[in-house]
Amino acid sequence: MADKIIVNHLTAWFGAVRGVHDVTMNIQDNNITAIIGPSGCGKSTFVRCLNRMHEVIVGARTEGEVLLDNENIYAPDVDPVQVRRRIGMVFQKPTPFPTMSIEDNVAAGLKLNGISLSRSEKDQVVERCLKQAALWEEVKDRLRAAGGSLSGGQQQRLCVARALAVEPEVLLMDEPCSALDPISTARIEELLIELKANYTIVIVTHNMQQAARTADMTAFLYAGDLIEYGETRQIFTNPNRRETEDYITGRFG
Amino acid sequence: MAAANLALSRHYQYRKAKNLMMMGLTIFATVITLIPLFLVLGYLLYKGASSINLAFFTRLPAPVGEVGGGMANAIVGTFELVILAGLMGVPIGVGAGIYAAEHRGTSLADAVRFAADVMMGVPSIVVGIFAYAVVVRPMGGFSAIAGAVALATIMIPLVTRTTEEMVLLVPHELREASLALGVPRWRTTISVVARTAMGGIATGVILATARIAGETAPLLFTAFGNHFWSTSLRGPVASLPVQVYTYAISPFADWQRQAWAGALVLTAIVLALELGVRAVTGGQTKAPR
Repeated sequence: MADKIIVNHLTAWFGAVRGVHDVTMNIQDNNITAIIGPSGCGKSTFVRCLNRMHEVIVGARTEGEVLLDNENIYAPDVDPVQVRRRIGMVFQKPTPFPTMSIEDNVAAGLKLNGISLSRSEKDQVVERCLKQAALWEEVKDRLRAAGGSLSGGQQQRLCVARALAVEPEVLLMDEPCSALDPISTARIEELLIELKANYTIVIVTHNMQQAARTADMTAFLYAGDLIEYGETRQIFTNPNRRETEDYITGRFG
Repeated sequence: MAAANLALSRHYQYRKAKNLMMMGLTIFATVITLIPLFLVLGYLLYKGASSINLAFFTRLPAPVGEVGGGMANAIVGTFELVILAGLMGVPIGVGAGIYAAEHRGTSLADAVRFAADVMMGVPSIVVGIFAYAVVVRPMGGFSAIAGAVALATIMIPLVTRTTEEMVLLVPHELREASLALGVPRWRTTISVVARTAMGGIATGVILATARIAGETAPLLFTAFGNHFWSTSLRGPVASLPVQVYTYAISPFADWQRQAWAGALVLTAIVLALELGVRAVTGGQTKAPR
């Protein structure tokens, strides 16, 4: 399978504090890659480096390379805005735009990027993305209602729909289910497995069952270091490293 | 057991009495605070209402010695000055406030915040002198523009600070969500951050407008006042506060009577603006989440 993203010696800093240390790994196309590890191990920082969201934080910087289709997104002439259009992101907390309706939230990425849509084009995008995010049936009768009027799980799926609308190639998900109940979590997981036919997905999770259920590949990060990376089945059944085994069996973390 | 219960209830009685006393004190303080407000409003109504008639709103001031006339030019002039000041002050204040909040921690943002705080403490008569020096002198005379500059100078720090507070209330996650969609920073600031804070910013603008509508001192030697219809922004213009001031210190009973009416109308305008804010924001003066 082709490598969509190649990470070469990536190190991320917050001022003088090092969040991620010298990570090298390949992320495959049309796959779900899970990043696991204890709190504060640099999981979120790592995925935020993959679409240049890390540098939004004051004092944050990175070293090393991230190649998207063999093109370094940290090259000096690359515009981070263009990178983020190709690599979308869903956050831990659902963040629908409070001033916008459900349909406007879905179309927000297009509209705010200056792409004008006719009424029928907009309706098509909204319906396609909400269907992909498994939210269409629940909201199709109230598309003009405020995005904030939905439940937490629905809001998160709305954020997935919003991210899909700009047609990214890669979808980064930073603990997308940590604020959700088990039913909403199950829906998001089904969604991920459907989406991987068309997208490359990287998911950060605290929940090891979630990684085992959904991911093809799993990376274990500890204290900013990539300890082990391999097929999910192998990581969970026959890890090579002692630290991985200790974490997976609940001896620490 | 019985003794313990008794001790408990005695303590309870003491606590209850203390509560009652403190409650009484706070109610007393509230009433003391409200008395001047109602006295002012009541006295204004008592003295002013009888002098308000159609002529007051439609006629120019009568010449000295003649009874009658109105303050039509001053009412229009006040709106003219406030709108002009708003056109100057609102864009600058909102822009500076958004900058100060979105670039918090940079030295320019700190300077903006410090300057706004200092400007809010400047006495309004000093603002009038400032406008006299930078507008009236170079232009060679009193003008509506000079008055509006003075009012805008008072308005800018108020709008800057409320805008900054409202923008800071917008959750950081919303900015990140927008940036992660590939939306440029400037577009995120305008279409997501400022739009989310819009209710609060509008509240701040209206409250600042109400504040400058009642200012007298900065207008005394900028807009100056005018007994006739003002047809030019470059000429002196009448305003309610200055007209009230001039009439109130005059020796003529009819003018003093009209000063009361003018004060009542001015208060009604300010009150209407504040009630408008409450209606728009549903009683809450903060940004919608």
